Amino acid sequence: MDEFAIDESIDITDVVCPVTFVKAKVALEELDNGQVLSIRLSDGEPVQNVPRSIKEEGHRILKLADNEDGTYNLIVQKIGE
Amino acid sequence: MAFSNEQLERYSRHIILQEVGVKGQKKLMDAKVLIIGAGGLGAPAALYLAAAGVGTIGIADADEVDLSNLQRQVIHSTPDVGKAKVLSAKESMNAINPEVTVNVYREFVNASNITDLIAGYDFVIDGTDNFPAKFLINDACVLSKKPFSHAGIIRFKGQLMTYVPGQGPCYRCVFREPPPPEAVPTCRQAGVIGAIGGIIGSLQAMETVKYIIGKGDLLTGYLLTYDALKMDFRKIKLPDVKNCAVCGENPSILQPFDYEQVACKL
Repeated sequence: MDEFAIDESIDITDVVCPVTFVKAKVALEELDNGQVLSIRLSDGEPVQNVPRSIKEEGHRILKLADNEDGTYNLIVQKIGE
Repeated sequence: MAFSNEQLERYSRHIILQEVGVKGQKKLMDAKVLIIGAGGLGAPAALYLAAAGVGTIGIADADEVDLSNLQRQVIHSTPDVGKAKVLSAKESMNAINPEVTVNVYREFVNASNITDLIAGYDFVIDGTDNFPAKFLINDACVLSKKPFSHAGIIRFKGQLMTYVPGQGPCYRCVFREPPPPEAVPTCRQAGVIGAIGGIIGSLQAMETVKYIIGKGDLLTGYLLTYDALKMDFRKIKLPDVKNCAVCGENPSILQPFDYEQVACKL
């Protein structure tokens, strides 16, 4: 994760759809335009749906890294105020 | 204010919506809505607004629950017969959502109390069943610069319009005066199909939510009519009325007043 300056991190591996995306969305709303959020999420449904939903809201996906333990780290840049 | 995990889950379907999101849900939770009438229209409106998490909901009605109400007033249940409608409504609303503050006003709204009653609220829903009350609510809201949703239902028909100060005609612009008492039957005399209140009252709740979150187009400047038998919705553009007695250029109505209430002859 070194290549991005992370402003905030959340872990949504303990919740299921749709609260996964809700938690990501809440965290993004609290950031300023251009700030970067790191989201730890589970394999399967969360990793399939959360990045797509975040993209639909207009934010920028910077990176999706496989932690190789059944979780991923999604790096998102907030776009918009 | 941060949302608890329980709130995130309760309101997740709202928060996911781009038009609502965290900001919109917070607006709903900060909003204060007054519903006048806990009957066919007020019942679905109150239930949906409570479920939506509207932070403070006032409900005004002087009546008790009657067995004949239950065919359409879905906020009340059979064991509630005889209970004050406002208390029955509050129990149902808090059963759905204990987070909502429900203020009850067990009184008839009239010219002497309406201005104080609406003062503490952001938006008013007219869920009443008679013309004197509808004109009173209109005049008081216009004079207090308070947005409100008008609606009426009878038989298989319903109508609604939304008033926002400065954004189109008021109810009096369109209808001028109550009709002569003998010209129009009440719901008691005419009958009303239960689900019509569900449809029109839910549309009032929808207008309220849109007003609070500030998204979409409101039914200002339009009257929506619904004929259930013909399954026909009509959205009628309303003209601007410069000589309206309450919101026109030279208004003659400067404070709310009561028309005579006519007892239902049955």
